[in-house]
Amino acid sequence: MATETAGDLAAPRTRLALLLLLAPALVWLVGLIVLPHVELAVLSLRARVAPRIYEMSLKQYATFVDEPLYWHTFVRTAAMSILATACTLLIAFPAAWYIAKIARGRKKSVLFVLCLIPFWVSETVRTLGWMILLRESGVMPRLLVDLGITPAPVEMLYHDATILVGLVYTSMLFMVVPLVSALESLDDSLIEAAYDLGGNGWSILRQIVVPHAAPGIVAGSIVVFMLAVGNYLTPTLLGGKNSLWFTEQIYTQFITRFNWEQGAAFGFLLLLLSTAIVWLGLTLSGQRFGDVMRRA
Amino acid sequence: MRGVAPNRRPVNMVFQHLALFPMMSVGENIGYGLARRRVAPDATRSRVDAMLERVGLAGARDKRIDQLSGGQKQRVAIARSLVLEPTLLLLDEPLGALDLKLREHMKIELKQLQADFGTTFVYITHDQSEALVLSDHVAVMSAGRFEQVGTPQELYYQPRTPFVAGFVGANNRVAGSAGRVDGEIVEIVTGAGLAVRARASGAIAAGDVVEAFVRPETVALARVTAELPPGAQPFTGRVESLLFDGANSAVLVREIKTHTKIRIALPQTGRFADLDAGETVVFGFDAQRAVCFRAGSHGD
Repeated sequence: MATETAGDLAAPRTRLALLLLLAPALVWLVGLIVLPHVELAVLSLRARVAPRIYEMSLKQYATFVDEPLYWHTFVRTAAMSILATACTLLIAFPAAWYIAKIARGRKKSVLFVLCLIPFWVSETVRTLGWMILLRESGVMPRLLVDLGITPAPVEMLYHDATILVGLVYTSMLFMVVPLVSALESLDDSLIEAAYDLGGNGWSILRQIVVPHAAPGIVAGSIVVFMLAVGNYLTPTLLGGKNSLWFTEQIYTQFITRFNWEQGAAFGFLLLLLSTAIVWLGLTLSGQRFGDVMRRA
Repeated sequence: MRGVAPNRRPVNMVFQHLALFPMMSVGENIGYGLARRRVAPDATRSRVDAMLERVGLAGARDKRIDQLSGGQKQRVAIARSLVLEPTLLLLDEPLGALDLKLREHMKIELKQLQADFGTTFVYITHDQSEALVLSDHVAVMSAGRFEQVGTPQELYYQPRTPFVAGFVGANNRVAGSAGRVDGEIVEIVTGAGLAVRARASGAIAAGDVVEAFVRPETVALARVTAELPPGAQPFTGRVESLLFDGANSAVLVREIKTHTKIRIALPQTGRFADLDAGETVVFGFDAQRAVCFRAGSHGD
């Protein structure tokens, strides 16, 4: 009886404490994420009919469909981001395997830190580093000339491949971390048992390692894909004028053309379409979002 | 098997934590090895079903591993290996991670499975009760060498080394030096002055440093000397503590003069149910049933 009363008294107080503790997060969420998005949604749904006169309209969204440049740019952005995600996965998987299963003790932490160190430098500086390496008068073309592979320096910047290299480089860590944690939880005796039953490296990778690491693979892929799709700096600096990245279109609408309505609509389209792609990826790989995020 | 690489020998293994593949169903687990040997899918399917039936899990083919109980998991692990028809199945402490009750149950189940299949099992364990209950032959290893190989009965009743005598089953160890040697009966005198007689294992001369082992159940307990079996050398002791453990109940007795501690199994008749700590009792054992080794001797 006595404990019940105490419990009743404590309940609202606990709730208040919980609310106070959550307050900074709530303020942050509402003020910086929910409100701007509501504002953008409202912006994106109106059209200017005369100076300073606006009315509700889907015109901004219609432009995306009617104007091939815009949706071509989006398809290109999405395709390259998927490609970048796949490349990142292919490069990160062996690295993560080495860190999780082969490296021991000090070596393991050193390797992990090596993955992290590039992130101590800002993204701009890292991207400029690539430019120094790859531009016509840069290190790589010079090296190719010196080695006699090319007769004259080749411009290695401003290609799609350059953008891919930049994207893969920027997102490597976000793939390695979930992969390492997924692979570390794989019991080595499962692999031994598979070998004992006659499995070879390839079948073990396909039937045991990949299914086990699937949530980590999907988590890393989602993060890398979202980072690539939403990246502005890397495609702009490494791809130059030819990069045709969807975020650049949004930037142009907002900053160059001062067409906030169109920019907001593009922003929403980017959010919706990339979410749709992630959803499709989850469905195809048979993973559930909750499980995946717990692993990330 | 000489000249055949270890991974090519027809040997399969059941792992300590079973190492079933959690990402596969029961049927896929058992079929994994067959699929790797390129057995046709429908043949794999019928062999998996037959194997499941033999281990008493008919109809569990599509279950997930985490839907199984501990005992069922063990049967799947064994089925997964036996479906490949190995000539030898290696089991590496498969019951090590289980709690006592389940372990007792699985022990019996394993013995029955082994008898049903007739495949040779090599069972690695440090639980001697598992070793004794399950095995036809036991090899006791210490520090990388075989101490003794024999049937469980031989290991228990005729240990050949002090390690085996001390390791297999409960035993009272009495260390001292050999006194009078009378045929195969040696008298051991401990540092405290207790003299006991035991059967010598191997050559022992007077003056050797020796260890004798007396099983708790071979020591007879009585309240008066006349009740001891004839031929047993009588000792007097004081009951130090009672160790009640159902059928394995024992009593710790200190010999009254030398304070040597000795463990004596309580008879199942309930004759000593009223025994109390501090009581004075007599005890004795047949020298033929105690065994004596030269200290530090090994098998080979």
